[in-house]
Amino acid sequence: MLIARFQDGAIGYGTNHPVLSGLNLEIRSGEKIAIIGESGAGKSTFLHHLYKKSASRAALIPQTLGLADNLSVFHNIYMGRLDDHSFLSNLRNLISPAKRRVSEIRSTLEHLELEDKTFARPTRLSGGQRQRVAIGRALYRGADVLVADEPCSALDDRQSARVMTLLTSSSDTCIMALHDVSAARHFADRVIGLKDGKVHFDAPPGDLSDRDIQALYPNA
Amino acid sequence: MTHPQPSRPTLVGLGVLALAIALVPFSDLEVIATDPWAEIRRFGAGFLAPGFPDAAELAASLAYTIGIAILGVVAAGLVGFLLSTLFRSRFIRVMCSVLRSVHELFWALIFLQFFGPSPMTGLLAIAVPYAAIFAKVYAEIAEETPSPSAQVIPRKSRWASGYLYARLPDLWPHFKIYSLYRLECGLRSSAILGFVGLPTLGYHLESAFLEGRYSEVSGLLILFYLLIATVRYWARPITIPLLCLAGLALLPWGNYALEVTNVVRFFTEDIVPAPLRDSGQTLPEAMGALWFWLGDLWTYQVVPGALSTILVTMLALALTGALALVLFPAVSPLLTAKPGRFAGNAGLVILRSTPEYLLAFMLLQFWGPSMLPAVVALALHNGAIIGHLVGRHTEQFSLRLDAPRRRLDKYFYEVLPRAYPQLLAYLFYRWEVIMRETAVFGMLGVATLGFFIDSAFSELRMDRAILLIAVTAALNIGVDILSRRIRRYARVSITADTPA
Repeated sequence: MLIARFQDGAIGYGTNHPVLSGLNLEIRSGEKIAIIGESGAGKSTFLHHLYKKSASRAALIPQTLGLADNLSVFHNIYMGRLDDHSFLSNLRNLISPAKRRVSEIRSTLEHLELEDKTFARPTRLSGGQRQRVAIGRALYRGADVLVADEPCSALDDRQSARVMTLLTSSSDTCIMALHDVSAARHFADRVIGLKDGKVHFDAPPGDLSDRDIQALYPNA
Repeated sequence: MTHPQPSRPTLVGLGVLALAIALVPFSDLEVIATDPWAEIRRFGAGFLAPGFPDAAELAASLAYTIGIAILGVVAAGLVGFLLSTLFRSRFIRVMCSVLRSVHELFWALIFLQFFGPSPMTGLLAIAVPYAAIFAKVYAEIAEETPSPSAQVIPRKSRWASGYLYARLPDLWPHFKIYSLYRLECGLRSSAILGFVGLPTLGYHLESAFLEGRYSEVSGLLILFYLLIATVRYWARPITIPLLCLAGLALLPWGNYALEVTNVVRFFTEDIVPAPLRDSGQTLPEAMGALWFWLGDLWTYQVVPGALSTILVTMLALALTGALALVLFPAVSPLLTAKPGRFAGNAGLVILRSTPEYLLAFMLLQFWGPSMLPAVVALALHNGAIIGHLVGRHTEQFSLRLDAPRRRLDKYFYEVLPRAYPQLLAYLFYRWEVIMRETAVFGMLGVATLGFFIDSAFSELRMDRAILLIAVTAALNIGVDILSRRIRRYARVSITADTPA
């Protein structure tokens, strides 16, 4: 199934100054795609656009995490399934969470080693814990398409590996921006390299040479 | 160029000052009372020995004051919240600006025609303008508050669910701060409604004052200050619904079924211009009579009323600004040490907790009816509010280590240049408030529009009253628009989160 298609597409602020231009690519269900490139290359813009465009059940983990700091961790996770419940049951769970929801969400949090923070405020958490809350929201949603922007940037290696496995097994299609090139090669069956708002390469990781990758980071 | 050019905010400030000075010869600033100091001395003596009227009566008026305030503000908050989500609609925006341009006391005079001196009159007099104010402020808060979670909630969520989870939690703290501030205003309004006959604290204050029972005035005022100072302790999420229920159960609501006829008559007969009510006349006759009626009203009430309203407003605006410039250093940590600041804060709290209407009423009793008490009351109340806000604003400034040591040097070279744009912004935000109040001071005997409105109501000439209220509202809306233009020209604005 086709998730999204770009034909000579341009994305960005107004038509005069597109962040990305000359996009020609298709994304099909089941693909695991890594997006790599320098900061400012247009990765986030591309991901946000893709999230808005995809017609399937999608989840987004933005770089800014998108946490509601005035709600508990429980509610931040619950938010991932707002559309599955009626307004009244959302209202009820906001005021006094149902036992079933709490146990569902606690089991999601257990995978992320956060179960003791269920009713904590995100403002009381460390950077890595906050990032895991955003990941938990996406896991709880159980999306067909997962769009994630640097989802492991604040996690250590052990946690990163674990989280990557959780994310890729929870969603059929995954599109992630990653700064760690070896993680990208490991996780993805397709790597898209962005440079100066253009697609520099788009190939399976096996076909990519170190030179291809170095060309993305001229200042490194 | 040998001299530096004055900045735009400076030009605007000097403009206000110059206009006020130019207007002084046309204003009536006389002290009419023969020996005002004798009365002030008597007041001072009474004030230092506070006393209380009958406890049962006092409790009843306290309950009435709180009941109306809390019911009015809660109703306004709920309606205002709904309206704020529709604030993109031009119709809603215009409707709100009209509703809030009419002062609570004028609304009370209108609702008195329907409900008589009942709690319903008080509740609606507060709820109607406050709902419009809430709508505007809530909409502004929503516009300025980002919600990072709005982008991650499932796109197919219902609007209401999304609002509940992704928006409301971010807006709630701001809504709460503002609503509490509004409740404070509601208590002031509720007290003042005593001046049109509702049995609130203002009612007792007025009669005690007029009869010279100054120690009782003092007791009532102290009680009122305590009530306002402790709002944040007794108005909690749990107590507010309880207080509302108590108000609904305990206040003497009366029977409204009978009063529907009043409402119908008001709209179908009372507010129709008098010359049009005679059905025996031909159309040209009716038009001629209407023209004459309008001309008369225009020449003898609208123009003189509007001119003196503008006059008092401009004098008060200038004096408010001047006073704020002098007062804010008293509460600024950069310019005043802690003990001095404590005294400064206490003084400003008292001045800004005293409703300007009450201040004007008292000064008027001392000095006699001229523009002077009105101008001074407005300047004291608003100058204290702006002084307090600007003083708090200066807490954010960090001065360099080698900043001047002498207080005057520090004030003029370090603090004032940074604080002045903010002060000007607050001053122009208050402009509309000052004008709304000025108009209503007419009910105390100053010849502003409220004087003619009050007379029209007491002569039961609703047609005149409504037309004059409409003129007052138009004037307020005009000032609001002009103030926004001037703020934009001077490039000043207030930082969010501080209620103005």
